[in-house]
Amino acid sequence: MNAPQPVQQDQRQFISGNEAVAQAARDAGCSVASAYPGTPSTEILEFIAAYPEIYTEWSINEKVSLEVAIGASLAGSRALCAMKHVGVNVASDALMTQTLIGAVGGLVLVVADDVGLSSSQNEQDSRYWGRFAHLPVLEPADAQEAYEMTRLAFGLSEQYDVPVMVRLTTRICHVKGVVVCSQPDIYQHKNFTKDPARYVMVPGNAKKRIPLMMERDQQLSQVSEEHPLNRIESGSDTEIGFVTSGAAYFHVKETYPDAPVFKLGLSHPAPIEAIRDFAASVNRLVVVEEVEPLLETELRAAGISLYGKDILPRIGELSPQVLTPCIDKLLGKNSDEKLISTAELFPRPPTLCVACPHLGIYYCLSHIKNTIIAGDIGCYTLGAGHPWNALDTTISMGASLSVAQGIDKGRSEADQNKNVLAVIGDSTFMHMGMQGLLDITYNKGNVTVLLLDNRAVGMTGGQNAPSSGLNIHGEATLQVDFRKLCEALGVKPERIHEVNPYELPTLFKALREEVKIKEPSVIITNQPCVLTERYSKLPPLKVDEDRCTGCSNCLDVGCPAILVSRKETVIKPNGREKELSFVNIDTAACTGCNLCTNTCAPDAIVPAFNVGNINAVEVK
Amino acid sequence: MMTSQKPSLELNSDAVTNILVVGIGGQGVMTAADVLSQAALALGYDVKKTEVAGMAQRGGVVTSHVRFGKQVLSPAIRPGDADMMIAFEPAEALRWHTHMKSGAVVMVNDYPLIPPVVSIGLYDYPDNPLGQLADGSVELHHFNAGEAAIELGDRRLVNSIMLGAIADHLPFSPEILEQALLARFQRKGEALTELNRRAFTLGRQAFNQVDSLATA
Repeated sequence: MNAPQPVQQDQRQFISGNEAVAQAARDAGCSVASAYPGTPSTEILEFIAAYPEIYTEWSINEKVSLEVAIGASLAGSRALCAMKHVGVNVASDALMTQTLIGAVGGLVLVVADDVGLSSSQNEQDSRYWGRFAHLPVLEPADAQEAYEMTRLAFGLSEQYDVPVMVRLTTRICHVKGVVVCSQPDIYQHKNFTKDPARYVMVPGNAKKRIPLMMERDQQLSQVSEEHPLNRIESGSDTEIGFVTSGAAYFHVKETYPDAPVFKLGLSHPAPIEAIRDFAASVNRLVVVEEVEPLLETELRAAGISLYGKDILPRIGELSPQVLTPCIDKLLGKNSDEKLISTAELFPRPPTLCVACPHLGIYYCLSHIKNTIIAGDIGCYTLGAGHPWNALDTTISMGASLSVAQGIDKGRSEADQNKNVLAVIGDSTFMHMGMQGLLDITYNKGNVTVLLLDNRAVGMTGGQNAPSSGLNIHGEATLQVDFRKLCEALGVKPERIHEVNPYELPTLFKALREEVKIKEPSVIITNQPCVLTERYSKLPPLKVDEDRCTGCSNCLDVGCPAILVSRKETVIKPNGREKELSFVNIDTAACTGCNLCTNTCAPDAIVPAFNVGNINAVEVK
Repeated sequence: MMTSQKPSLELNSDAVTNILVVGIGGQGVMTAADVLSQAALALGYDVKKTEVAGMAQRGGVVTSHVRFGKQVLSPAIRPGDADMMIAFEPAEALRWHTHMKSGAVVMVNDYPLIPPVVSIGLYDYPDNPLGQLADGSVELHHFNAGEAAIELGDRRLVNSIMLGAIADHLPFSPEILEQALLARFQRKGEALTELNRRAFTLGRQAFNQVDSLATA
């Protein structure tokens, strides 16, 4: 690979780490890119999709996505696959064997760890995969490095015949910084060459590839010892020397500008001997790595004495405000600086959107007794919160169906009268939920499935999926027919209902019927995500305050446009106190879905404007 | 009446300027932070911008850190290090005020936004967030940018108004910020550009009229 040449100063761009990865893919001559959306990695593919020279796709899950990239690499293309940390769990079946095969065209796996869990179900450290799957791991510390290292990853992949992992974290993906791109590569596309001894991983072939992989590990260890991405930055205060990588590098530099730093870019295989030499030049060595003590463990095993997770937290970011008190303590200093992040105030928890089609579902679920409800990953996970409290489990993509099946089969005598339900969105169903449904029908489970089809991947920003009928570019393509799909997976046609989730009586009727029947059933909702163009707003509503009785039924809908204006405590005829909540509707936010009007007995929720006014606005 | 003070930060100094932009998802916090960053970028600074935005589109707290100077290392502003804050909501200003340096400029849209968890009575909204901010540690300015935006015809104009309000406090000329703001609307037509120009100007004027509750 040619060394990237810097371009002119006026080409400084202000872009995020995710966009930098996309530009690197373009400039590296990548021709196939795939992903399943997931925070914080989603924008990588969205940016790549803007380059017509690169084939891009939203794949149906991360395993499929990685396999598409693998196929493209074997066909001679440079290929990139992006996913969030938990996505690698899904893709790992392919990854663990592809590492034996290697790569023909550069094969780059960009993984974004959600350090601090801003929008994830766990905080796993993807650097483990480098060790587990024998892959080199590159760890950029900002957007410029994300650009440079992604460029480099393609060349490294081809040179050492190995998939390469670029490990990002939220603080790299979503931080914008100044990025200067370099001259694009001219990549010579190779052809597919039949080579079953290498590509067909039956035991006989795979056995022969393992020693080659071990040899590659050795080579990469040597490369790492001397690679310019792993460098020492000298400092005048040698009391502590830091070994660090990724976002933590800049936190260390910010907090301890005079300390010597061993900066890792190619962090696995680790340059153990170079770090040993560095350790000898400082009084104390501190390893600053976010999440797991991986490097620390390897350095300790090599006999290097150091401080690591014994003094630093194992969860969350190692930002300056986290580092300072830990290092002060090590130095025997009192941290007089009291670092308080934020004042103690009310929270603003995320809510379902105004007019979200899931609101009606959770309203019904919170009003049905005797339920065990297995949830899934998506916006509708918010149904676990106030005011619905209508989810009992959330684990992983697609788990609602299979966990519900297990609850059905494993329930006690006392739980026999409970209604077991699964709640899953359209995209999550296609990702890994279909298999669970087939398991339920095949093994005669008794689960009522709510398939919330809003035609998009809502939580990550409304990306297209096979339920949208549109591809990543918004072009028309197959739109999956969920009724037919569920029938094909063995659900009886009469046990499948398609309902409008804004029609509460219909929804209640379908739910009450299906939970009684002791066989698998699916209730499919059919209204679009309000964040997508498919959704059309209706004239807003308001509350007629003279008619509002303060019953608070509408608050159970959980729509954020309905606000309590006044509370009052009254004594009921039976002598008990009752708190009344009178409401109003934020007319500017309301989009007139009418769901709340279903819950209002005194008909106090009325159109905000009369028809004449609305027409007047439209004409204007 | 507060007069427009030129900030102590100077161009080409080694100091890094730290600006916090805080508010709620959907208010344009991230856009405002982007405009500030683009202005600093145009002046040749190194710039980093980072957000703490769990679920930005869904009414959550959104906080954007903008840092610029000769060289910026960590993207996050440490508590006690912020030179300025643009707060789109008074309680959010209070939430982040431990991040402010002594004497920092705090510009607040004093139009409160009450979340459902407060409205239904699970939590309390602070009685007087501006009063709590006016403890003498910061230079506090506030005005009702929310109402001003609605008067201009669109509540989304709040961010252009707030940028106008802070424009005279930055270590570069307000015109640079205005250019960076209007550049975003170039492709969206003259009408929208003009509307945002008006909003920006209104913000600048509002700043020159507001009372300061406290100065350091």
